[in-house]
Amino acid sequence: MVIVDYGMGNLGSIFNMLKKIGVPAEISSNKKVIAEAKKLILPGVGSFDNAIKNLTSLDLMNILNKKVLEDKTPILGICLGIQLFTKRSDEGVLQGLGWIDAETVSFLKYIDIKAMKVPHMGWNSIKVQRKNPLMDQIDGDLRYYFVHSYFVKCNDHNDSIALTNYGIEFTSSIQKENIFGVQFHPEKSHRFGMQLLANFAGI
Amino acid sequence: MLKTRVIPCLLLRNKGLVKTINFRKAKYIGDPINAVKIFNDKGVDELIFLDIDATKCHQKPDFALIANIAQECFMPFAYGGGISTCDDAKKLINLGCEKIIINTAAYEKPTLIEEMAKILGSQSVVVSIDVKKSVIGGYRCFTNGGTKKTKLDPCSLAKMAQNYGAGEIFLTSIEREGTWKGFDLSLIKMVADSISIPLIACGGAKTISDLGKSVLEGGASAVAAGSMFVYHGPHHAVLINFPTEKELQEVLPLSIIKK
Repeated sequence: MVIVDYGMGNLGSIFNMLKKIGVPAEISSNKKVIAEAKKLILPGVGSFDNAIKNLTSLDLMNILNKKVLEDKTPILGICLGIQLFTKRSDEGVLQGLGWIDAETVSFLKYIDIKAMKVPHMGWNSIKVQRKNPLMDQIDGDLRYYFVHSYFVKCNDHNDSIALTNYGIEFTSSIQKENIFGVQFHPEKSHRFGMQLLANFAGI
Repeated sequence: MLKTRVIPCLLLRNKGLVKTINFRKAKYIGDPINAVKIFNDKGVDELIFLDIDATKCHQKPDFALIANIAQECFMPFAYGGGISTCDDAKKLINLGCEKIIINTAAYEKPTLIEEMAKILGSQSVVVSIDVKKSVIGGYRCFTNGGTKKTKLDPCSLAKMAQNYGAGEIFLTSIEREGTWKGFDLSLIKMVADSISIPLIACGGAKTISDLGKSVLEGGASAVAAGSMFVYHGPHHAVLINFPTEKELQEVLPLSIIKK
């Protein structure tokens, strides 16, 4: 498992959670390491355009496209990571990776900001929309820790595998073939997060 | 549906974990990283760390220790102690803290709350208020780890913090802290009623039903406790513990909608 380091946020918690559940992982921005990865995690905290700029300046766009679209290597996008998979974002002007037919939109356009605060921050539950390998074997009321002001809006509803309610029902997890993404932070969602990462490792 | 938050409040001194009574008599109880690991296993949803010496000793936060905590903490956590500038706050958020807690700095320079809220967002700025009963009646706020008396009563300070953009108030009764005497419910109710932002109540929790009372009777949005989660049994042996989800569900409402 390779956690892609492109200068967007602290990756220590993800690495440590994988270590805790016994999944060997490496944090890297090296193209060769990424090329040989059996699985990829694209985390991220920060702004959309900065993230795309960093991926471009580290020359990681081509290798990521090849790995995900041609080699079909499973990839998990976390928080900003899932948003980068979309075509564009309200947050910036640069093009996203465009791996899924979706865009990233702002909560401000969809919820009453007098009643609800943005960012959406805290533990919230998810409703699984269809059976999927990521959320297999997780029992009970699934809850995860969220911190975000933008969310992914899928054009193809089949790509949306879990919904969360925060003034609006939004897509909190996606899957399209080998491409997985979660809006929340599994690395800050203790046992629920551990099971999810273990499931991803087991795919 | 959001759950009522129950938050272990852990005190730091010289890189160790300590527990106090009335903000004094700090007793060493172990290694903070070890405590974090146990709370991870118990599925705790949030932690608070407070360095009780930093401000008193004019020190900055121990960034190296906090970085270590962040790496091991598989849940969101807040940190307070020695934060006196926006740069301190930014640095902590970059290390992986979800929220920063200010007390002395908020009282001495309330515009700092505003500056921090602008940069980090209100949701990440918590103002803590330490309170003691006044001999002439009413309550007074204290700063510098409970050692310096101010002229403000808790409602005024809470309202001021809210007006400057604090996202949350963390209220501690100095007289109840570490005493196992239960929460000061009238204090909690008074402050909770005076603000519209969430209030975390701390100080005095002994039983799970105390936690429920501070929410249902006091009107707190969340509850924090120290002794209850680090000591066990009649002789207060050190044992990191946390109630099960089922135990908490019996006393806590699923969701408290803030006014």
